[in-house]
Amino acid sequence: MKKFNGTPAVILLVEDNEGDARLAAEALKDGKISNELHHVKDGVEAMQYLKQEGEFKDVPRPDVILLDLNMPRMDGREVLEAISEIPKLSHIPIIVLTTSESEIDIVKSYSLNANCYISKPVDFEQFVNVVQSIEHFWFSIVSLPDGITA
Amino acid sequence: MKIHSPPAHDAIILLIEDNEADARLVAEGLKESKIANRLVHVVDGDQALDYLHCRGDYAEAVQPDLIILDLNMPKMDGREFLEKIKDNLSFSDIPLVVLTTSNDELDIKHSYVNMANCFITKPLDFSKFVEVVQAIEHFWLKIAKIP
Repeated sequence: MKKFNGTPAVILLVEDNEGDARLAAEALKDGKISNELHHVKDGVEAMQYLKQEGEFKDVPRPDVILLDLNMPRMDGREVLEAISEIPKLSHIPIIVLTTSESEIDIVKSYSLNANCYISKPVDFEQFVNVVQSIEHFWFSIVSLPDGITA
Repeated sequence: MKIHSPPAHDAIILLIEDNEADARLVAEGLKESKIANRLVHVVDGDQALDYLHCRGDYAEAVQPDLIILDLNMPKMDGREFLEKIKDNLSFSDIPLVVLTTSNDELDIKHSYVNMANCFITKPLDFSKFVEVVQAIEHFWLKIAKIP
C-alpha cells in the first residue's frame, strides 16, 4: 500500500481549460497532503505522459488521474478506452472531473472503468471544496496501489 | 427508528460482508448519515450475485446505487466476486468500494485491475471505522455522480 507521509502524491491533471486547471492547482496547493501536480492539455498529451514518450520521458507515474471529458484532439472518453487497453496502466485510479452532467457521460465513464465521476461545480468555492474532497478521499481514506511494483 | 418503508429515491447500498460486527458498524455509520439510504446486507459473493440477478429470495431486489465489498469471506470471496461481475455490462456502472482488513499490495492491485472503484483498508479503531464509512457515504453519494 502506498503511503504519502514523505513522498508527495503524484496527480496527473488532464484539462484543456486553463482557468479550471489553475483552480484545481490552487485547491491542491492548500490541501493537507503534499502533492505534485502535472498538467497536460488533452488526451494526446495524457497518453504520451502515461507512456513516458517524448518530453515526458522522465515523468513519474501518477498515483491518480483527474480527467476532463470534453477536450480537443483526444477527449476523455477516448483516454478512458485507451488506458483500459494497457494492462500496466489499468490499476491507476481515474477520476472524471467535467462540466458535463449528462447521464450518458456518467454511465459511459463508469462502464469505461473510470473510478469515479464528478461534475465540476460552477461556483468557485464549491469547486475548491470538491477538489479538496477528492484529495482527502483518495489520499487519506483510500488505499492506492504502489506504483513501483506495477 | 422509522418503520415505514423508505421512499423510492433512497440510495440503496449493497453490503457484502460476512463479519457481523463489521456489518453492524457499517449500518451504524450509515444510519447517522445525512443522506437517506437503505442498507441491504448479504454475507458472501453467492448471495450478492443472487441479489444482483434478482434470483431466489431476491426476486424483488432493486439494483443498488453502491456496492461495499469485503474480500475475505466463506464460499465465494470478494476477489472471485469481482472477477465474476467485471465483465457483466449490467453491473459495470455500479460503483464498488472494497472495504477489507487486508492491506496486501496484491489485493489492492487485483481489486483496481478488476474494476473496483476504490480500495479501503478497514481501520481497527472503532471510531475511525465509522468515520471511514461516513467518508465513503459522503464521497460517493454527495461528491461523486453515480448513474
